[in-house]
Amino acid sequence: MFWLQLNRVIGYWPVLLKGIGMTLALSALSLLIGVVIGFAFGILRAGPNKALSRVVGLYVDFFRGTPFLVQVFIVFFILPEIGIELSAFTAGVVALSNAAACFIGEIVAAGIQSVPTGQTEAAAASGFTRAQQMRLIVLPQAIRVVTPSLVGQFVLLIKDSSVVSAIGLLDLTRSGWMIVQSVPNGLLVFGIVGIGYFAICYPLIWLSRRMERHGQAPIL
Amino acid sequence: MLGSLNTRVMLEYLPDIWQGFLSTLMLSTTGFAGALTLGIIACALSIQPVRWLRAPATVYIDAVRATPLLAQLYFLYFGLPRLGIVLPEILIGIIVLSLNSGAYVAEIIRSGILAISRGQVEAAISSGMTYLQRMRLIILPQALRPTISPLIGQAIVLVKDSSLLSLISVVELTRAGQMIAIDRFMPIEGLVATALAYLLLYYLLKLLAGIWSHQNRLPGRA
Repeated sequence: MFWLQLNRVIGYWPVLLKGIGMTLALSALSLLIGVVIGFAFGILRAGPNKALSRVVGLYVDFFRGTPFLVQVFIVFFILPEIGIELSAFTAGVVALSNAAACFIGEIVAAGIQSVPTGQTEAAAASGFTRAQQMRLIVLPQAIRVVTPSLVGQFVLLIKDSSVVSAIGLLDLTRSGWMIVQSVPNGLLVFGIVGIGYFAICYPLIWLSRRMERHGQAPIL
Repeated sequence: MLGSLNTRVMLEYLPDIWQGFLSTLMLSTTGFAGALTLGIIACALSIQPVRWLRAPATVYIDAVRATPLLAQLYFLYFGLPRLGIVLPEILIGIIVLSLNSGAYVAEIIRSGILAISRGQVEAAISSGMTYLQRMRLIILPQALRPTISPLIGQAIVLVKDSSLLSLISVVELTRAGQMIAIDRFMPIEGLVATALAYLLLYYLLKLLAGIWSHQNRLPGRA
């Protein structure tokens, strides 16, 4: 019985493969956008403009305080009402990269604040402009501090991408959901789905732990 | 858009949202209690010296951390009946939430314990304390204090994660919001009400974390 079912699940390999491809595409694209916007958020958040920092803080809090599933629904149902029609994939990327940016922003802000003010002062005294101070002095040091947490955040992003299956996107979780309709063995089907996620996420978890242990962080 | 938000409908469905809110609260508290229990057990197993007892804890923690909650939820939701175990959705939900958060709780407590300097343990050993005495009198009192803030952080994650239970038709906040959407074709009103209720919980827990860390500042640290 088990082998028969295993055979049937393996027969669905094109669906599983498609699912993994979608999960990877969704995660990679959102990761890229999320990192860029996240760094912008972090710089604004840690920056000298208090009003701007407050506004970014409120925005970030909204998305850190609500479930990702609700955010996916908001993007998918509310944006069309104001005239922005999105495909499920685009909606997924928007929701994922936005959530990622909010979490990455806070990590980056903390990293920037961990750089001693003496560094900025020395840079200012050497005649660096504000942008140069950030780009050449503060960010390179901050990035070293935040890298392990960032990698941990990437893992969360990949896992969160499974929630996007709720709006019908055929990712790895959705492909499992489809297969389980015809092969009624949830342990087997989602065991295989789990192995797929594990293969993607575990190397990143391992990397993040290794970086933490080898003191990637304090050069200061 | 927001100007045309139908507050009358939102008020009309307020009792449903309130029910959902209470349900989310109940799911989160029981889930968190389960997570603390599982987390403490898994952590205890993963730091004790016997190797074959350590292995299952490590497998559990890594398997949970490397797979999404939704896949874990479906794993048990579609899988348990296969083993002849038929449970109500709400119970499956609480079990999955506990199992999932338990792994993160274990990691949080573990990092608290591992942060204690080796000298403390050595001093306790040379004073003739047994393993249990060391744990109870020296290690745990120091280890638990720094874990409170991350544990509250995990509680926030758990509250938000409980929204996924709506996908196996457990009635909680997210589901309650969807009902407005389905009954009245008003997705915005439902989602806004839901989001506000979650934000309330989020800010309450964040406030709690803030008060705790303010009251427990260690001397000489920011």
